[in-house]
Amino acid sequence: MSAIIEFSQVTKSFQSKGAPITALDGIDLSIEAGEIFGIIGYSGAGKSTLVRLINGLETATSGRIVVDGVEITALKERDLPPVRSRIGMIFQQFNLLRSRTIAGNVEFPLKVAGWPKAKRRERVAELLDFVGLLSRAYDHPEQLSGGQKQRVGIARALAVSPSVLLADEATSALDPETTQDVLELLKRTNREFGVTIVVITHEMDVIRSIADRVAVLDHGRLVETGTTFDVFAEPKADATKKFLKTVMRNRPDAATLAQLQREHPGRLVTAQVRDVAAFGDALEAANERGARGRIVFGGFERLQGQELGSVTLSFSGEDAAVQDAIDRLGAAARLEEVHA
Amino acid sequence: MNTTWEVLFPKLVENLWITLYMVSLTLLIAGVLGLLLGLALYTTRPNGILQNRAVFAILNVVVNIVRPIPFIILISALLPVTRAVVGTHIGTNAAIFVMIVAATFYIGRIVEQNLVAIDPGVIEAVRAAGARPGRIILSVLIPEALGPLILGYTFVVIGIVDMSALAGIIGGRGIGDFALVNGYNVFRWDVTLVATAVIIILVQGVQFLGNWLARKALRY
Ligand SMILES: Nc1ncnc2c1ncn2[C@@H]1O[C@H](COP(=O)(O)OP(=O)(O)OP(=O)(O)O)[C@@H](O)[C@H]1O
Ligand SMILES: [Mg+2]
Repeated sequence: MSAIIEFSQVTKSFQSKGAPITALDGIDLSIEAGEIFGIIGYSGAGKSTLVRLINGLETATSGRIVVDGVEITALKERDLPPVRSRIGMIFQQFNLLRSRTIAGNVEFPLKVAGWPKAKRRERVAELLDFVGLLSRAYDHPEQLSGGQKQRVGIARALAVSPSVLLADEATSALDPETTQDVLELLKRTNREFGVTIVVITHEMDVIRSIADRVAVLDHGRLVETGTTFDVFAEPKADATKKFLKTVMRNRPDAATLAQLQREHPGRLVTAQVRDVAAFGDALEAANERGARGRIVFGGFERLQGQELGSVTLSFSGEDAAVQDAIDRLGAAARLEEVHA
Repeated sequence: MNTTWEVLFPKLVENLWITLYMVSLTLLIAGVLGLLLGLALYTTRPNGILQNRAVFAILNVVVNIVRPIPFIILISALLPVTRAVVGTHIGTNAAIFVMIVAATFYIGRIVEQNLVAIDPGVIEAVRAAGARPGRIILSVLIPEALGPLILGYTFVVIGIVDMSALAGIIGGRGIGDFALVNGYNVFRWDVTLVATAVIIILVQGVQFLGNWLARKALRY
């Protein structure tokens, strides 16, 4: 695989009244062709600024951005439109033209790209069929629900078969169920057309459902990048850990731990498990040797086809047997002992 | 001096035509010029699709200077210009010229205000689709703001009818002048009343048409 989007030392500052605001600071980022790449960060972290740099809606203050072989940062505004044509974009508020029908909205980029009328009609029908809205072609945007509007947005963004699709908080205005529908559609887009998708969000759930890899943006800096599984399994940056707290409910917080300790005298350990089979074997072996290990908190989930879990166990029995059990588990998972 | 309605009626009709002529020609020309001015103000403003600090500042200052001048003062302030452009500073065409100037600046601001109300996200979306400024203006800005623009223009027509009533001052004639000369000046309350009724009907007609078109554009 090769990088389709590449940021090298990209900085963006805004000249506001008063001090300049550094929205992005020294960003190095490489997004592979064909992947779904998530960017997560809190409000004001610089996420929107970052995606807008990819299609040149915003100009970088310094650094180099290359998209699909084109050096965006070297282009002037008047040279950017044809490049933008090849990069689709969808938005939180959908941003459909209310003066046009659904078909008219999807047709717009094709008109811009200079397609002849007959081909445009054919393509619009194909796209509306893909997003499941062919029967609504002659309705206007205000007649659709939020999820349907976003489908139109996706059809419009895919009109000229872009190599890259940018999604800035594309599901933030939708309810959880509709969010999953739209994310499914994005996955299908990625699978069927091989479009590279950059998903911006402040919801870890969105990253979990869709992203192959993820980058965490905090105050204009990329603080962590990795596969979604690795980042979920072993978050390094504080910002990442904070985000994960919102979705990983299988790790006990301090108050829960204190309560568990009162209820279960003996040694208490929390294991971060990535290999369920090895962990199960170790636990069985430990129990056979006389330690009494009981699961008191935790759970597993599947992420990118792999199990990931956190289990808190209480051990009682002979000191030596317990120590042996903890050693065995330590070899199969990442252990953390809870001390009083 | 008690002119009969037999004599007055043809005069009324003739002056009504003059008013309609003044108003529609002004609306046509100032409508186009005002639209261009409004588009220029909107697109050159900071963060606009053709942002240009100098052009925006100049246009803005000029509009701010001309717009508040009362029409009656504008008539005399523009006198040399009117004479240079129209060839004379009196008569219907001279009045039309001054009306066009006043209405252009008025419409410019109204167009700008209606464009500002367009969701910036929509413009962002069409820029992202690769649209250039020319296309954005013609196939996004104007269609998206069409309903409010029609209402704005309807509002302007009433202002133009109002201005046209003052055209009599420089011999522009029209309904306003008719009411003044044949009604007010000679204490003919009935003539003033009829002229007023004609203007009310005219304005109502325009308002009705404007509302109807705007409703169609807004799809209510
Ligand atoms: N046009 C602008 N002028 C001045 N400052 C700006 C501009 N656009 C963004 N900023 C600033 O840059 C920083 C990053 O903004 P950005 O919109 O990229 O954040 P975000 O991560 O997308 O936030 P959110 O989740 O709220 O959308 C913020 O501090 C913001 O105030
Ligand atoms: Mg944002």
